[in-house]
Amino acid sequence: MKLIRTLMAAATALAVTAFVAPTFAADDPGPAAYAQALKGKRVMLVPLAMGFDLAQGWAHYLKTEVEAWGGVFETRDPNWVVDAGAQAITDAISSDTRPDVLIIHAPDLNSYSKLMKKAQAAGTYVILVDNPANFPADAFIGSDWDRLGQLEAEAAIKGCGPNSSKKIGLVQGDQANSSSLYQYAGIMKVLEKNPDFKVVAKPDSNWDATTSRNVTTTMLQQNPDICSIIDFWDGDATGAAAAIRDAKLDGKVFLVTTGGGEKAADCDKLQDGTYGAVVMTDLARQSGDMNAIIKFLLQSGQPAGTSHTYIYTLEKATTKADLKPDSCWDLKALQAQAAAAK
Amino acid sequence: MNTIGWPNFRSLNQEGIVFAIAVVLFVAAAIGLPGFIDPNNLVAIVRSVSVLGILALGMAVVVIGRGIDLSAVAIMAMSVAWYLQLLNSGTPDGLAFAYVLAGVLAIGLLNGFLVAYADVPAIFVTLATGSFVFGYVRSQLITQDAVPVPQGHWVELLGGLRFLDVPIEVFVFAGLAFLFFLFLRYTKWGRYIYFAGDNPVAARNIGIPVRPMLVLRYVLSALVALVAGLLTAASLHSINTRVVNSTLLYDIVLVAVIGGIGLSGGRGGVRNVLVGAALIGILLNAMTIIDIPLLYQNLIKAAILLGAIIVDGIINPRDEQTAQQGDI
Repeated sequence: MKLIRTLMAAATALAVTAFVAPTFAADDPGPAAYAQALKGKRVMLVPLAMGFDLAQGWAHYLKTEVEAWGGVFETRDPNWVVDAGAQAITDAISSDTRPDVLIIHAPDLNSYSKLMKKAQAAGTYVILVDNPANFPADAFIGSDWDRLGQLEAEAAIKGCGPNSSKKIGLVQGDQANSSSLYQYAGIMKVLEKNPDFKVVAKPDSNWDATTSRNVTTTMLQQNPDICSIIDFWDGDATGAAAAIRDAKLDGKVFLVTTGGGEKAADCDKLQDGTYGAVVMTDLARQSGDMNAIIKFLLQSGQPAGTSHTYIYTLEKATTKADLKPDSCWDLKALQAQAAAAK
Repeated sequence: MNTIGWPNFRSLNQEGIVFAIAVVLFVAAAIGLPGFIDPNNLVAIVRSVSVLGILALGMAVVVIGRGIDLSAVAIMAMSVAWYLQLLNSGTPDGLAFAYVLAGVLAIGLLNGFLVAYADVPAIFVTLATGSFVFGYVRSQLITQDAVPVPQGHWVELLGGLRFLDVPIEVFVFAGLAFLFFLFLRYTKWGRYIYFAGDNPVAARNIGIPVRPMLVLRYVLSALVALVAGLLTAASLHSINTRVVNSTLLYDIVLVAVIGGIGLSGGRGGVRNVLVGAALIGILLNAMTIIDIPLLYQNLIKAAILLGAIIVDGIINPRDEQTAQQGDI
């Protein structure tokens, strides 16, 4: 008996040393729980369009990460048409492969509100990016457009200098998109604190470069001594830049705009002096925030629509003087990388 | 009709009405708005409607022949986007341009062929080819909405060209307007367009080559769209294909129709395009100087168009022939 007991004790001890010690090292419960919560989950991005730098950058960073944890990443391309976006979201919610996380780039404050509510009711987490909307999404990730407007105004005031005409022109986007409305509000806040600076004109470009050129031409014609122009998006600021070039006011009018920090769209144009300052979104970090919140939501176990988090991306006005090699990300390089991976 | 007693109203057609509105607006703006009458501002006005006017010239020729080309903006943006994409990816300039020119001609021929020989209504044909051109080029040939002009390329230099401080677009617009005027007024085929537009069956019966001429008109419209696209890229140093989704197409039809080119065909000319473009240019410029928000600008533009159409409807009631055949 004693022998058997001793043997058993020895065997147990052996078992403990042989099995428990190694399993202790391998048994971090994290990775298994992580994999179980995430594996096979579907993430869908519905931007305003897939054809511009922001959307292509987000899609790149999201795809890399989602596929790395075994999820499925999809995009839909409404190509700037609000109805097409609504259709894409509706189809996604009602399909057999309903996404677990829906990332929506809202075209205005209200269009998709009902659809987003439906998505949450169906159990899909809704994340809003870039453009805020009148809807309590699970998370908003993007710019604080009011703050961004303030940064633009501060850059414009700095670009003008204390001995300038102190006349500023705005080229707004439109009167429906939250990014345009909040940007304007932010600019005006700063200008209220600097009452000697005046906005002499504030036409809309409707986000179109030709319209931006035409209204800027008129604006410069009426006020040739404008010291700075703030155009609300780098997608149409090429038009304002053309008008400044045509009026032979290069170097005299400090053009400020905002964009996704893509090399050809922003950094190259800061380098060649087309833009005086660009308030750039750190796209890699913004995409990183999205990835983090996706992973959090999928593991949280909470029903969709429970949390309402705002994660604002750090923004900074960049000028030629503080351009660094890594100030921008390079869409061409990402595309080449994606092509090479295929 | 003159003997009945309303002789003067008859001469006041839509073109006259729109011209009068344009003159009134011009005078009011010249008096009321500082800087409006400045020569540079006047040049800016003409320039702002140059590309629009060039596209409207192409549209006018098609509409006079009782057709419509809804693919014009897609051809304009996508042909140039493809051209620039080819250049950016290292294709030799001559070869790239040959590809694009061939593509543009092919779409023009396809439009014309389907309308003339397959007898499909122009509105459906061009709507479809426009979507096709956009979809195909956007998805297969280019990677992004906006394609930049390579640095130092002739398109970029073209944008900087000035004669007497007047941008090149203005001269191209004027030159094309003059050529279209000569074509429509003094060439045999130009005159035939009016006959074919007014009554295609009768035109065919008297031996006019109605179908080949139809094809020619769509090819012409496509080529004009390419020129407009090149000028746009020249000025902005890039082309953004988003313009296909904008209201530009409606603005082109607006310029042609508001100037008095009837959608029922057979009527109008280059002068109507110029009058229509002048009104739109003056209107937009004045509203920008006054700093009217875009929403109201569209409202005012639409109200003036509606007003002009209503007044025209009262003064020039539709005749029996148009009522029977209908507009497009």
